[in-house]
Amino acid sequence: MADMANKISDETIEYVGILAKLELSEEEKEAAKADMEKMLDYIDTLNELDTAGVEPMSHVFPVSNVFREDVVTNGDNREETLANAPLRKEDSFEVPRTIG
Amino acid sequence: MDILKLTALELGKKIKDKEISVREAAEAAIERAKAAEPELNSFVTLDEEGALAQAEEMQRKIDQGEAAGPLAGVPAAIKDNMCIRGQLTTCSSKILSNFRPTFTAEAVENLQRAGAVILGKTNMDEFAMGSTTETSWYGPTRNPHNTAHVPGGSSGGSCAAVAAEESFYALGSDTGGSIRQPSSFCGVVGMKPTYGTVSRYGLIAYGSSLDQIGPITKDVSDCAAVLEAIASHDAKDSTSIAREDYRFTDALVNDVQGLRIGIPRDYLGDGLDGEVQAAVTEAAKVLEKCGAKVEMFDLGLVKYAIPAYYTIAAAEASSNLERFDGVKYGYRTPDYEGLHDMYKRTRSEGFGPEVKRRIMLGSFVLSSGYYDAYYLKALRVKALIKQAFDRAFEKYDVILGPAAPTTAPELGKSLSDPIKMYLGDIYTISVNLAGLPGISIPVGRDGKGLPVGMQLIGNVFQEKTLFRAAYTYECATEKQYEGPAEFGREFGKEARQ
Repeated sequence: MADMANKISDETIEYVGILAKLELSEEEKEAAKADMEKMLDYIDTLNELDTAGVEPMSHVFPVSNVFREDVVTNGDNREETLANAPLRKEDSFEVPRTIG
Repeated sequence: MDILKLTALELGKKIKDKEISVREAAEAAIERAKAAEPELNSFVTLDEEGALAQAEEMQRKIDQGEAAGPLAGVPAAIKDNMCIRGQLTTCSSKILSNFRPTFTAEAVENLQRAGAVILGKTNMDEFAMGSTTETSWYGPTRNPHNTAHVPGGSSGGSCAAVAAEESFYALGSDTGGSIRQPSSFCGVVGMKPTYGTVSRYGLIAYGSSLDQIGPITKDVSDCAAVLEAIASHDAKDSTSIAREDYRFTDALVNDVQGLRIGIPRDYLGDGLDGEVQAAVTEAAKVLEKCGAKVEMFDLGLVKYAIPAYYTIAAAEASSNLERFDGVKYGYRTPDYEGLHDMYKRTRSEGFGPEVKRRIMLGSFVLSSGYYDAYYLKALRVKALIKQAFDRAFEKYDVILGPAAPTTAPELGKSLSDPIKMYLGDIYTISVNLAGLPGISIPVGRDGKGLPVGMQLIGNVFQEKTLFRAAYTYECATEKQYEGPAEFGREFGKEARQ
């Protein structure tokens, strides 16, 4: 391995948990730290490659945005959509209060 | 006549000729599935009632000349990450365990237009993250050839269903090998087409720049026919590509005279099982005898594909899976205090460990301070890997190698060491990074009777070259589709040698 120096701090795991919107138990946090350290050490093997001057490739084909007229083509399936709601209030999705 | 032994095209012909009714075909598959499911668990949802209703409707269409295609009336199974309107679509995750989509995936609609009777939805690794189908919230699927072993993954349910003759063909999705590796483990034919060939509309996204839907079938002819049915240019998928030629079945030609085949030396190195290497080398010799020019070459960068892939796929997954928050559909935690607590608890209870692992890794590599060092670095390596393939395809029409380094591992042996499990995808993953088509076809069995798959990789848009080579191999070996050993309560336990 090129670099075994990856040490994930408690703060980092806490921060990543916030970004990922996951609540981890203390036990899960320890496991996640160990997992991530191992994976990052593995990913660090990429540093063996000189990529100076290489453009990051997000797509294999030169795709660009595809535009179309903003015309409604689907019908009204409000009931079907709302039928999936974990909690609904009349014609709305119900969520916990967001503003105090 | 044993209906179940027929390939999809053979069955389609007999339905057209009125030798078999659509209902008989559907009933045969459902009966088989009911007998096999307690042992295999290939399906999350087996929709008997719906399938029989579709069968009646399809028979009527065929009788009235409204459905005349080669797959009309043939029963199929769909991986449970493709939406079907009104039908449970779970991604084998607790978080979608009650989700009924309001629309149908384009690939499935295309199949329905071609006359498919949908039997149900197949099991998979949760959100397609895994190589064994053991991360499913609905429990693992077992390999029909030997139920002590996994079917591979993530499209393990689809491959097991076809191998066990529960379905005449199936659709899978492939982000890093999820069609080709389980096809190899289950002894069926599976193809990942060129990125953009099959619409991803209605496919629940994992790694959007890598995901591609493809066919899983009993033989190469079926594979070409199913791809022909599902491939289309779709305005609803901005990465969908309008191809000049969709007539894949035209490539079912028994001729590889002059075809240039390269075998990467770096695919035959450390970690490759000896029996797999022997079977694949033997298969290459068959193609050579048929007139192909086969030689070894150095592809390069092989060992960097997996770390690049896991960086990119995890990054995309962490972003794609943000939508699962317990608001509009799916599972919501019963106890919460406020919105953010609801999000966090819902997601923590709704996702399994492998999914959480990848969301965490993805969130990390995309976070400020690490984005350049990890995410952009991986995208630069991806560019280098694409260049390595471009160089190879200047010299060769087809790249040949194993689909996976081993045959199917035993159940329960893979999840404890993720990196080791990820290494099982070493031959398939770079194909997704470069957007190329790849096919796995069965080329033999190991000493335990477990199937070995050979992978053929083509340049972008060269599916027809792959079909021609794979079909020629089938013709030369007079290979008939081989089902698993006798089933019942002892399903597949004594695999055929």
